[in-house]
Amino acid sequence: MIDCDLHNEVSNKTVLYPYMPKHWVDYSEESSYIGPDADDHPVQIATSIHPDWRGIYTDPELATDMRVRYMRDHVLDPLGITVGILNTTYRVQSLHSLDLAVDMATAVNAWQVEEWLNRDERFRASLVVPSQHPELAVREIERWAQHPGFVQVVLPVRARLPYGNRIYDPIFRALIDADLRLAISFGGATGNPPSGVGWPSTYFEMHAGMAQIFQSQVMSMVYEGVFDRFPDLHVVLLEGGFTWLPSFMWRLNKEWKGLRHTIPWVKRWPSEYIREHFRWTLQPVDQTDRADHMRQVLEQIGAEDLLFFSTDYPHWHCDSMEEVIPAYISPELRQRMCFDNPARFYNL
Amino acid sequence: MAIAPTTDQAHVPDAGTGWTIVDTDIHSAIEEETLRRFLSPYWRSHYDSFGRIGYTGSLMPRAMPNAARHDAWPPDGQVPGASLEFLQHQLLDEWDIAYGMLTPLTGIGELINLDFGLAMAQAVNDWQIEDWTSREPRLRGSILVPYEDGPLAAEEIHRLGRHPEMVQVLLVTRTREPLGSRRYWPIYEAASEYDLPIAIHFGGTGGNPMTGAGWPSFYIEDHAGMAQSFQAQVTSFVSQGVFELFPELRVVLIEGGFGWLAPLMWRLDATYRKLSHELPRMRELPSTYIRRHFWVSTQPVEEPLVPSQFNEMMDHLDMSDRLMFATDYPHWDFDAPDRAIPHSVPERTRRAIMGENALALYNLTV
Repeated sequence: MIDCDLHNEVSNKTVLYPYMPKHWVDYSEESSYIGPDADDHPVQIATSIHPDWRGIYTDPELATDMRVRYMRDHVLDPLGITVGILNTTYRVQSLHSLDLAVDMATAVNAWQVEEWLNRDERFRASLVVPSQHPELAVREIERWAQHPGFVQVVLPVRARLPYGNRIYDPIFRALIDADLRLAISFGGATGNPPSGVGWPSTYFEMHAGMAQIFQSQVMSMVYEGVFDRFPDLHVVLLEGGFTWLPSFMWRLNKEWKGLRHTIPWVKRWPSEYIREHFRWTLQPVDQTDRADHMRQVLEQIGAEDLLFFSTDYPHWHCDSMEEVIPAYISPELRQRMCFDNPARFYNL
Repeated sequence: MAIAPTTDQAHVPDAGTGWTIVDTDIHSAIEEETLRRFLSPYWRSHYDSFGRIGYTGSLMPRAMPNAARHDAWPPDGQVPGASLEFLQHQLLDEWDIAYGMLTPLTGIGELINLDFGLAMAQAVNDWQIEDWTSREPRLRGSILVPYEDGPLAAEEIHRLGRHPEMVQVLLVTRTREPLGSRRYWPIYEAASEYDLPIAIHFGGTGGNPMTGAGWPSFYIEDHAGMAQSFQAQVTSFVSQGVFELFPELRVVLIEGGFGWLAPLMWRLDATYRKLSHELPRMRELPSTYIRRHFWVSTQPVEEPLVPSQFNEMMDHLDMSDRLMFATDYPHWDFDAPDRAIPHSVPERTRRAIMGENALALYNLTV
């Protein structure tokens, strides 16, 4: 059983001090700098943490070794997880100082190795890179390319420019050279509004609206030709939801019929690129109470190839861990989702 | 996989079977000289001097001139949509359309000079009445407003709210802030006073990057990406409690597609169950408000490669009484009445979509 989305978050800035150059430690102390201000998952609300774990896992004073222990006790052992993929949402991409962003990326990656990967052999981790400056991001990828614990680079779905833009090509080339996958995860903070129509008023809108940013990223990568330039690039979308996928693929196909002469490098149905290059983690599921409708959606997207099991720990999506796989998932799909699909994707 | 078989249908308008067709999205266009005639001398001089200064840097070149069908350029040399006679011939008569809603796209809401925006709105609204609806009984107009200033926009709604041929207030999808925000509430208050639906049409620039992930590079992303902005607007209306404040308000989404609406309702309901304490004005599930307050035009229709999946999507949506046919004339992605809705959809539903739903919303009779 492979869990493709576990959150190893930095509980507070001091846990990174051992991995930061001394001048940045001094800077953090002198300026009371707390780190990137992306607040993707406010710690005390229902979507961020299961009530049973509130006050335990999110305690800012909690030492990292205790977080590792809780993750074992809450998820890895009870569900019999054999491989757990860690995704930190430490957003160096939101730092406007590149010098700081570069060193904080290195610090958080070193912290992941020392305090997570070295503590449990079931863990795999995701590299944090300063993608706002692709050349510097490539250096960070190359620094860790030989480390077997890192299986992917994780980028926030919110970006200054969509990932189909050619500015990111060096990152994709470097991660293919290092045999890494790309993960795009919920959240991020660029200073730009999280929608095409400006800043909303509530976290509810930011949370629900993150699905539209995933849609924008998939559209950008397909239409702007990323997969024509990098046929070996494979992407997993974390916490993006997948029930929007059917009508989204239909729309992208239809637009391509009418406007393909404006993007001549896209030579096949956009839905073919999507099904070949993108994968989705399970939780959170945007589901209806109608199991028959959910089964139709799974059929429409071809879920047998596209879905990866995830608990999204410690975010709260189900009352108990037993319910994390919905009842309308067939035994065959369960097997593919929990093992076959991610094992093939990550070469595990 | 096969493409949905639409081209092998008999090329006969559904009107031939006696159905009423209402087109909820017709782009009449105002020629420069006509616009100048409807502006006051002061604003005409302003326009001649400064042009239309908006949120510059937002331009995505269309794939064809005026985004129009090549055959929609009137023989008299005007721009597509500017000639009433040619539009009567090529659209209303050709397809036996009972009623058509004018949705002029003039960019007035995105002018940075709001006073000029009001003057432009007044000019285009007067032109709709004088040159179009008073000359052609099948057409109805939309009240354009400088929507980035709520009270100013409300002024124009009060000026024309009781005009029988102006049947809705027209906003665009890409605004400066999400449309549930307080700054827009005076618009909904005024519209409620005259029982006018709020129509939100594809397009616009609000000074923000086009997506939540920044600026894309190509027109196809602008065009297909409008669906993401529509989703943000629906989310904003519902979560800000606009329908608790204005319980009779009706909102029409034009040219945004509708395949995304069912999964959006699922996501909003699931999120609301966890975060309702952040939204004290809301009293019901997001999907309840959406099914009660929204109408949606059909063009563009999301079409699956496997035709049967379209009916599954319609089941998920469960809003067959709220979908309204639209051609988007004279634009290149025009939907013809005989082909717009897949024929696998039950006849009774298609009949409602082609005209009956719009007749009921706009209180029209045939």
